[in-house]
Amino acid sequence: MDEKRLNELRKYSTIIRRHIIEAVYNAKSGHPGGSLSSADIMTVLYFNEMRVDPKNPAWEDRDRFVLSKGHCSPALYAALAEKGFFPVEELSKFRHIDSFLEGHPSMRYVPGVDMSTGSLGQGISAAVGMAIAGKLDKKDYYVYAMLGDGEIQEGQVWEALMAASHYKLNNLIAFLDYNHLQIDGNITEVMSPEPVIDKIRAFGWNVITIDGHDFMQISNAVCEAKKSKDKPTMIIAETIKGKGVSFMENKADWHGSPPNKEQRDQAIAELDAILAGLEGE
Amino acid sequence: MQEKIATREAYGKTLAEIGSDPRIVVMDADLSKSTKTDIFKKKYPERFFNMGIAEANMMAAAAGIASCGKVVFASTFAMFASGRAFEQVRNSICYPQLNVKIGASHSGLTVGEDGASHQTIEDIALMRVIPNMTVVSPADAVEARHATIAAYKTPGPFYLRLTRLAVPVIFDESYKFELGKGVTLREGNDVAIIATGLMVSKAIEAADILKREGINARLINIHTIKPIDRDIIIKAATETGAIVTCEEHNIIGGWVVLWLRFWWKPALFR
Repeated sequence: MDEKRLNELRKYSTIIRRHIIEAVYNAKSGHPGGSLSSADIMTVLYFNEMRVDPKNPAWEDRDRFVLSKGHCSPALYAALAEKGFFPVEELSKFRHIDSFLEGHPSMRYVPGVDMSTGSLGQGISAAVGMAIAGKLDKKDYYVYAMLGDGEIQEGQVWEALMAASHYKLNNLIAFLDYNHLQIDGNITEVMSPEPVIDKIRAFGWNVITIDGHDFMQISNAVCEAKKSKDKPTMIIAETIKGKGVSFMENKADWHGSPPNKEQRDQAIAELDAILAGLEGE
Repeated sequence: MQEKIATREAYGKTLAEIGSDPRIVVMDADLSKSTKTDIFKKKYPERFFNMGIAEANMMAAAAGIASCGKVVFASTFAMFASGRAFEQVRNSICYPQLNVKIGASHSGLTVGEDGASHQTIEDIALMRVIPNMTVVSPADAVEARHATIAAYKTPGPFYLRLTRLAVPVIFDESYKFELGKGVTLREGNDVAIIATGLMVSKAIEAADILKREGINARLINIHTIKPIDRDIIIKAATETGAIVTCEEHNIIGGWVVLWLRFWWKPALFR
């Protein structure tokens, strides 16, 4: 990945963050914190890694993406819209009663959404199923999934991890958006899942740890995961909840609260400044 | 003596029969010998997936496989299919309307010796309230075969309520099964007995006893609980004035409540 490409990805991720803020502000509800922490991974996946065709969302040979932490739909919707799956203008209707962009993504209504999610712990199982289907059909597609760190408190996640290694699903690449915060506070205070790396490894997965805001590290981790011969891979991405908006960073309160007008203006100003800087390069 | 076969047995055999379609995938949660999916497994091992004792994961994984164009039959006991994995069935299968067929064996009271922990008298209530779900409760092995084929051919989520106990074979090969249509087994205007599942054979016995006492009971088999055949029930109520229902289920939330709530008119009854 050269500097030009990195610059493009930086622009996309900043635009996605801008969409997240606007969507949640317009909806007066939604989940900015985890959307912002996952935005860079989403950017690299949709603009550098995944084999998808916005003109043919149901393409059989496409790579799949399952947002197991479905409440971070603003990040996914923004990536899909920027990729061309549906008009960017639709994002302003996020969570509105007449919009197909529900708070949690529906595969029935949103082009490019591969699985309806929202109830935590279920998406990773669906991704396991897609990876099994890929093996059955001898397809070369990859299934990507994104889990929240709070989400892995769900027992079903561990059932899914067990099944993925049992069936040697090396076509399954999952990300753990490890931003350390859930609604009620720090995950180690609410219900510690530690030691996460050891546990996931013990469930038979390859584990790669990265900085989830470093495009090169994200891309290299995917490249590394694709070399796996017989194991699924979990990329544990250290991230910052609320990343990219100064006053939202590392604050659990921004898990599920919308910004007010003043906060929205400040967030957009900060992101626009980043974009202006990138244009100058 | 009348031949007896469990509906789960017919389910397993039918899966092996229709398994020539490569889209069919069968999953089980460590109960394949009991749910009889092992019959399919022996014939098509590459399309059989044992998911272990982890029903929540099995149901959502079934949804994932179905999203890739497969027809997935996911099997376990009714208690775990409808109870433990309820929310996975609701959110991962029924909400996106994926092509997953739940083969739920050991429903009702007739798991007998296993005791109350396994006696599922709530599954009709739980499954029929979920939007997009079809619920079928076959009366015998012949009907179970037809119901399994109907599940295979009908797009979308499907709950097949199967039983452990061997039950008398009521129907012969000429039986025509139509999804959503009740079947009148005996004509009569003194009383109507409407039954589902293995209670149908018991209802036949009851009708015979009544016959000896000079009472002509109309006997109706309701194999499809959702969508319910309201016409046949209203007609029976109108023409006989008295209905007796038989289901191996809690009356609270059972199919009986389904039609009572919406269509019962006191004036229809004497």
